[in-house]
Amino acid sequence: MQKQLMTLHVNGETYQVAASPTHTLLEVLREELDLTGTKHGCELGHCGACTVLVNGAPVLSCLTLAIEMQDAEITTVEGLARHNRLHPLQQAFAECGAAQCGYCTPGFLMSGKWLLDHNTDPTRDEIKAALAGNLCRCTGYTKIIEAIELAASIMRKERELSASA
Amino acid sequence: MIIGKSVPKIDSYGKVTGAAKYADDLKLPRMAFGRILRSPHPHARIVRIDTSRARALPGVLDIITGRDLPHKFGIMPTTQDEYPFAVDRVRYVGEPVAAVCAVDEGTADEALDLIDVEYEILPAILSIEEALAREDIKIHEETKRGNIMKEVHLTFGDVEEGFAEADLIREDTFFFEGTTHAPMEEHACVADCGPDGKITLWTSTQTPHYVHREIAKVLQIPLSHLRVIVPPVGGGFGGKCEPFAHDFAACLFALRHGRPIKFGLSREEVFYCHRGRHPVKMILKTGVKQDGTITAVHLQTFLDGGAYASYGLATVYYTGALLTVTYKIPRYKFDGMRLYTNKPPCGPKRGHGSTQPRYAFECQLDKIAEQLGLDPAEYRKRLAVDPYTTTINGLRITSCGLVECVDKVVEASHWRTRRGHLPRGRGLGIAISSYVTGAGKAIYWNDMPHSGVIVKIDRGGGVAVLCGSSDIGQGSDTMLAMIVAEELGVDLSDIRVYTGDTDLTPVDLGSYSSRVTFMAGNAARAAALKLRTLLLEAASDLLGVPADRLTAANHQICCIDDPTKHVSFVEAVQKAESTHGTLSAVGSYTPPKLGGNFKGAGVGISPAYSYTACVAEVQVDPETYDFRVEKLWVAHDCGHALNPTLVAGQIEGSAYMGFGEAVLEEQVFRKGGLHKIPSLLEYKLPTIYDTPEIVALHVEPYDREGPYGAKEAGEGPLNPVIPAIANAIYDAIGARVDSTPITPDKIARALREQQRSSMQQAMMARKLSTVGR
Repeated sequence: MQKQLMTLHVNGETYQVAASPTHTLLEVLREELDLTGTKHGCELGHCGACTVLVNGAPVLSCLTLAIEMQDAEITTVEGLARHNRLHPLQQAFAECGAAQCGYCTPGFLMSGKWLLDHNTDPTRDEIKAALAGNLCRCTGYTKIIEAIELAASIMRKERELSASA
Repeated sequence: MIIGKSVPKIDSYGKVTGAAKYADDLKLPRMAFGRILRSPHPHARIVRIDTSRARALPGVLDIITGRDLPHKFGIMPTTQDEYPFAVDRVRYVGEPVAAVCAVDEGTADEALDLIDVEYEILPAILSIEEALAREDIKIHEETKRGNIMKEVHLTFGDVEEGFAEADLIREDTFFFEGTTHAPMEEHACVADCGPDGKITLWTSTQTPHYVHREIAKVLQIPLSHLRVIVPPVGGGFGGKCEPFAHDFAACLFALRHGRPIKFGLSREEVFYCHRGRHPVKMILKTGVKQDGTITAVHLQTFLDGGAYASYGLATVYYTGALLTVTYKIPRYKFDGMRLYTNKPPCGPKRGHGSTQPRYAFECQLDKIAEQLGLDPAEYRKRLAVDPYTTTINGLRITSCGLVECVDKVVEASHWRTRRGHLPRGRGLGIAISSYVTGAGKAIYWNDMPHSGVIVKIDRGGGVAVLCGSSDIGQGSDTMLAMIVAEELGVDLSDIRVYTGDTDLTPVDLGSYSSRVTFMAGNAARAAALKLRTLLLEAASDLLGVPADRLTAANHQICCIDDPTKHVSFVEAVQKAESTHGTLSAVGSYTPPKLGGNFKGAGVGISPAYSYTACVAEVQVDPETYDFRVEKLWVAHDCGHALNPTLVAGQIEGSAYMGFGEAVLEEQVFRKGGLHKIPSLLEYKLPTIYDTPEIVALHVEPYDREGPYGAKEAGEGPLNPVIPAIANAIYDAIGARVDSTPITPDKIARALREQQRSSMQQAMMARKLSTVGR
């Protein structure tokens, strides 16, 4: 298949990429943009490792054609930290031991970000609902749930601080 | 003091930012791509392979088949029965037949379709029963009888005498279904080679040292011409403990073409690589006195090994060896047999070979406790081995927190007040287990260390730690850093850890058999202690205080008696370097000589054993028998926990995996030998919704030989979870399900059968009473 030029907006930057129109967003992110933080565990939409945010909502990049994403704002795990400062979710995953092998972690972080962007104080059931599409083989999910809760509390405190300031 | 603190893993930041480069994330200039053609038949003769059409496709650089690598390999030196790519015969669906190297993945894929292979289909063997019955069909010509890959017969004491002494003898048959590791990262590798013929292989493996040896052997190159580097590994669980076809192929292509090549397997291919949990049929006979004391145990195991040996020689011994390390067993007989079948090879999975018989034994003990009217928790405590004793099969037990583990889960689950008082459908079950803290012997027997560590200090105070270990997510790199930081009195941030590089790092045998904390940890400590001695001597010269009155902490070497007397770590380093030259030290660990004097005594020995107890709570629907595991309490004796959060993570992850095997997961095949469910949708990994609440509890007896008293935590906690769930199901609904996975239909069947046999017994009793009259 002939490559086509496409324009993608990823982590606040705009890229022009030549890629096959049959290539998924996952392939283009990893192979053309070298954003290999987004992982693949099945390429069939079963495992959630490839989750990215498209206009703020979680999407399985292995089931999404890159060429259809040209008008969208895409966020990958590389876009979470700002100016070399970790997002509270990243800090919480590190502190709680929620990333063991770390391979599923980017997908969980993106699903988690969507949750915390929309729910500042999620219950355990709400956390489970948000992460039900992501598989982890290392942790038994316990530390991941704890990390989401810790991140939520950090983010609430940050909001309170910035509101009072 | 950092040992015992829950510090974040040193590699966490790479993993949460996406910066960590796993094997498939690597990209090198001029990199080509490889793909593997696999057998569509479970058993067939390869009549002809024609690669000419594929070779003609533009972009195809090369193709290899079995003939290009005609040297057998195998992880165990005495059972090397496998070629990287099939030669003349394929023995399972998914067996590698050929590999393509092309300029891009699409071309490589296209080329696979253009390779013409003519097969002559042979009858296939797909079960233990078929393997035993069909001696006429031989999967390997080399087997002495039928498809028996290995037969083991071991007797310790007079078991017949033991059964004669028994007041109650139970014989039960159990079946444990095969399961697979399913790490989230699919296997991948990149190989590169220059005109000097020196190959570098980056591969997702738990055992770089063994991969190094086997690839050099098959490629017939000196070991010094191959460098194996382990990038971050996205999970292993035992599934990445051997070299695979893609590793061999990548190295050969790189050698031939002098350019890098990458292989990334699909999820379906990972199911074919397998090397997972053996399906095992077990016949278990146990004799006990009226008070429950065990008089004799006889275990027979039949392992469905799949098409090749893998670690199977060790697995078959393991199904017998570790049954003795939990309870006082005065007489023991073990008969094991591993059979070849036409399925992907089985190998080691978390709990290697001990998971299946532990399930059987713990379920049977639950039945015995019930028959004798004993509380299953108290009964287990009464049978528990004592610390610092030796088992009947010659295994040396050191520290043992088994009784305390039982106490912890009993207390946490309110066992005493709740068990027996729950409504029908709700149940509690208990089970215990034990696991090795590192295999006492290397895969190839030798007298060399099992682990080596180099620590070097630069004059600016930076510390580098080098070890051949492979961090697969368990946190072994962090463990190494913590131990060196502890001894040198510096922070984790001062330490850089370099692991899993066969050129740069001293040999560590790998991340298997739960050995790294104990063995590499002891080696790291030995190396760090040598440097600590030099630094204290240097500080002693500077301060005029005897070295034995000094200690290293907080970036200082200071006087214990007068903390105002101190020099900085860097000052001590520079003084020591001025005296001794460049500062580095080597430490190594070799396990003590262990075990009995019989064939097979090398499997099961370990410098220490961990212990675990689990209570499971289940809720079973009394009408549909659909059930939910509500909660798992797991207490684990890992010796002293060096990093409690990471230990808890290992306990929770093990419990989760055991839960999956107990109720959801099965690696099963269709009649024609096709894998039934080679995808993550159909192979049921527990999701966040399925997984029960897991309570991880620590029991920390100090182990005399472990680093700072530590033992293993990565595998042992899996084992008791499965029988605890089975026993809880019985407590809830009265059904004994003696095969895994436990499912509602099996519960229904068990209840029907139990009902039928109790009706038969009642009829028989009525007849007998009529006759008596």
